[in-house]
Amino acid sequence: MDKITNSIYMDNSASTRMDERVLEAMRPYFFDKYAVATSDFGYSMGIDAKQALAESRSAIARSINAGDNEIIFTSGFTESNNLAIKGVLKALKKQGKNHVISSTIEDFSVRNTLQKLAKEDVDVTFIPVNSEGFVDSEKLADAINDKTALVTVQTANQEIGTLQDIEKIGEICSQSNVYFHTDATHAYKRIDIDVSELNIDLMTMDSMMIHGPRGIGALYMRKGVELAKIMDGGYQEFDKRAGPENIPGAVGFAKAVELIDEKENQKIKEMTDYLRGKLLSEIKDTTLNGSADRRIPHNVNVTFHYVEGESITLHLDMRGIAVSTGSACFSKSLEASHVIMGIGGDHERAHGSVRFTLSRFNTKKEIDAVVEAMKDIIENLRRISPLKKKE
Amino acid sequence: MSFPYSEKVMEHFKNPRNVGKIEDPDGKATEGSPACGDMVAVYINVNKETQVIEDIKFESYGCASNIATGSVITEMAKGKTIEEAKKISWKEATNELGGLPSVKTHCSVLAVDGLRAAIKNYEEKQGIVTEKVPTDMDEVTKRLRKVMNPMSGLDIVKTSIVKDIKIDNGAITVELDIPDTHQFASNLKEEIHEKLDTIWDIDSVTVKFNE
Repeated sequence: MDKITNSIYMDNSASTRMDERVLEAMRPYFFDKYAVATSDFGYSMGIDAKQALAESRSAIARSINAGDNEIIFTSGFTESNNLAIKGVLKALKKQGKNHVISSTIEDFSVRNTLQKLAKEDVDVTFIPVNSEGFVDSEKLADAINDKTALVTVQTANQEIGTLQDIEKIGEICSQSNVYFHTDATHAYKRIDIDVSELNIDLMTMDSMMIHGPRGIGALYMRKGVELAKIMDGGYQEFDKRAGPENIPGAVGFAKAVELIDEKENQKIKEMTDYLRGKLLSEIKDTTLNGSADRRIPHNVNVTFHYVEGESITLHLDMRGIAVSTGSACFSKSLEASHVIMGIGGDHERAHGSVRFTLSRFNTKKEIDAVVEAMKDIIENLRRISPLKKKE
Repeated sequence: MSFPYSEKVMEHFKNPRNVGKIEDPDGKATEGSPACGDMVAVYINVNKETQVIEDIKFESYGCASNIATGSVITEMAKGKTIEEAKKISWKEATNELGGLPSVKTHCSVLAVDGLRAAIKNYEEKQGIVTEKVPTDMDEVTKRLRKVMNPMSGLDIVKTSIVKDIKIDNGAITVELDIPDTHQFASNLKEEIHEKLDTIWDIDSVTVKFNE
């Protein structure tokens, strides 16, 4: 069996390559200062660890203009989303609030959490999105009622990269006195987010999407927000998240945050735009999925009509290129992407959709290679496709 | 990464045999739809004296399993008589490929169905259908389920475009719930004729639209 090492990785919304500088920052907390964070009256190594955790927390807080005590470290975006949703519902249950509003295109960590809660005693309203992936804010406002505890709408979409108008949604929630949680996993550090200016009550962030270590993320929780613990244990993280702190993870996360600047995002955006322009102009019968202009800088998602995504990704893999697709055949569940279906696409549009997500490690040369590979692969697959002849 | 497929599957996926279409084939069939994820078309030319499949081609809109099974089954069927080719099973095809992941069964079964349907289409056109079962509603509905509603990618029975079906003395009337000015009206009409015209005991097929 052939073994392939992907030399061109463009699936950076699934995971990113960790930066060496992040590993260097983490190293002492594995080998020299490996204690748990003790209180100030503990031993030196524990106090050092506590100090490192506090500095990391502060770095995450500064990056979104929040207070240090408003950041809770978690194991990643899945836990942050679970904690935000379940924690708020649990805390507000005694007030009789059991209604949540969300969108139809959220990540599984929000979608499946809500679908499970809906089988219990929670009412869930999924607001549809338009063809570019924007939540209908009027429908969202109309859906809010006396029982609404929380609105949870992502900042950016994981597949098509659409950036929601979180300012507007925050405003609506604030006027109605409803908590607003946003899953910013795919937007955090790729766009500016200032929680002091936006009406965000809770926000999910993750380290593995920004060249940090995996297994660490954070939840921003505005001071005063009511949130119950969902996992029992020790009193860590302001008694909101039990379990010994992941100190090397937190240090690495903070380092990763420090390493991303506006210049890098600009450079990635230029590469993404270049890739998008080439794919759409040099290959016929293509559709851009998501918004033309309001999207995260590192995502381009295109449907190549008349062909199926798993065949595309397998051919790309044979050439050492890693991307992902919304095709049913690619997924473990054999279900077509709920995001592409959510924006009104049909199965054919989902099956032929390919997501390219870039990072600081991609180069223009790699993009040229990907475009050439795509041209060749799409041409070959269309040659054998029975759909094409309908024209 | 190591591939989830056998070397033989990868080989057929990379270099599929007998790809393309035959103009004016003796028999042809399309199985699956974009909605179910995979689609395969099979075309055959048959020697009318020996009933040997002399030429066979396939087209695939699908994943690696679908393409590889289409490729291997055309290879297996070429040179066989239609009776022999009909007997090629999904199991034989997948064995030939060195196995397929179990979740991909559906994608590979389509290719086998496609070959059998193309042979049946040939037999019907030649008037040599061996199993002469009188055509009933089930048979007509089954065939109409293979006609796709281009608006949704699902078939026209499921999406309620078919309003009514009548079978009367060798004549089928299909009533569709769209006007004849609809953008896909002529496409659908053509496809319905393709699926029904060849049935052995049917003389005429009429497609009606909303007034």
